[in-house]
Amino acid sequence: MLAYLSIIFSAILVNNIVFTQFLGICPFVGVSKNLDSAFGMGMAVTFVMALATAVTWLLQHYVLLPFNLVYIQTIVFILVIAVLVQMLEIIMKKTSPSLYAALGVFLPLITTNCAVLGVAIIVAQKNFDFLYSVVYAVATALGFSLALILFAGIRTQLALSDVPRSMQGVPIALITAGILAMAFMVFSGIKL
Amino acid sequence: MNNALNTIYDGLVRRNPTFVLVLGMCPTLGTTSSAFTGLSMGLATLLVLMCSNAAISVLKSLIPDKVRIPAYIVVIASFVTIVQMVMQAWMPGLYSALGIFIPLIVVNCILLGRAEAYASKNNVLLSICDGVGIGLGFTCALTLIGIVREVLGTGAVFGIQVYDSDFGALLFVLAPGAFIVLGLLIALFNRINVK
Repeated sequence: MLAYLSIIFSAILVNNIVFTQFLGICPFVGVSKNLDSAFGMGMAVTFVMALATAVTWLLQHYVLLPFNLVYIQTIVFILVIAVLVQMLEIIMKKTSPSLYAALGVFLPLITTNCAVLGVAIIVAQKNFDFLYSVVYAVATALGFSLALILFAGIRTQLALSDVPRSMQGVPIALITAGILAMAFMVFSGIKL
Repeated sequence: MNNALNTIYDGLVRRNPTFVLVLGMCPTLGTTSSAFTGLSMGLATLLVLMCSNAAISVLKSLIPDKVRIPAYIVVIASFVTIVQMVMQAWMPGLYSALGIFIPLIVVNCILLGRAEAYASKNNVLLSICDGVGIGLGFTCALTLIGIVREVLGTGAVFGIQVYDSDFGALLFVLAPGAFIVLGLLIALFNRINVK
């Protein structure tokens, strides 16, 4: 139990995927202009990351490893993620239009979110067991959502401030993210 | 020939993928803690981009329009796998330094973007030039960020000590420094381009 708590804590705060591992930066900068879309993106990523990690874990341990095919891991994983996202979009559209309305627009963007593929590969490299992998994926995605929502909150304030012309947009957003990353460094001293 | 050179120049300066288009941020931030790792990551991406652009340009009439994106992803992933295996075999040190960012070249939006916007519409030679230009732009940007971070953080460039490392600000080698240096460099590029 303690092992699970510690992985949740460390994936959300200590090893935050955005601020310490530099994964998922594109949506982090692109979809953080307002709080609602940040929240929607966060939830969509959590959903897809949990599902993708579960499916790629099963593939890795029951197909790639037994048949000695680990060298095509990258190709298989990215295809699985692309198919999964597409299927999810179709299923969601049919079964739950309200969920689709909330998360649908973010789904196509998730295929190229490197955090999803990144977590699938990290889990395969570190040889986690199944449950541990899924918990790790969910916690990592929650860490991503936390970063995104915090950043969206700051950016709504930032939109109102007077920024020098060449710093407007991405540059000031990145510098703000740098300061936020500094704040997250506080957690790196915590030993679990 | 002039056309080809122009395409390369375009990718390097006018449409620099990092500073002007702001694409492929994850490797840009994640692999530039030193000038050497930044340069290597840039070259690996350049190689994949050149090959994938060439292959997609050759195959463009064979790929049905509806499944083109998955087809491009498979082409890119195949070249990434080749680069990954070559690096693992001959440059194991570098391979472990770049770590997860090598397989993640697949999801670098620069590659899919160039396949969709350029290679699927132009001939092979121009597509290769576009790959080289954009790839060089990416490599230069990553090397520049790497140099700035290494010099400020450890007082060295490509491992050669410029000033005493005791005066380096470790922050620039760590995560926050990556964000701040990239932000400032994009601002500088904006400033130069506006003038």
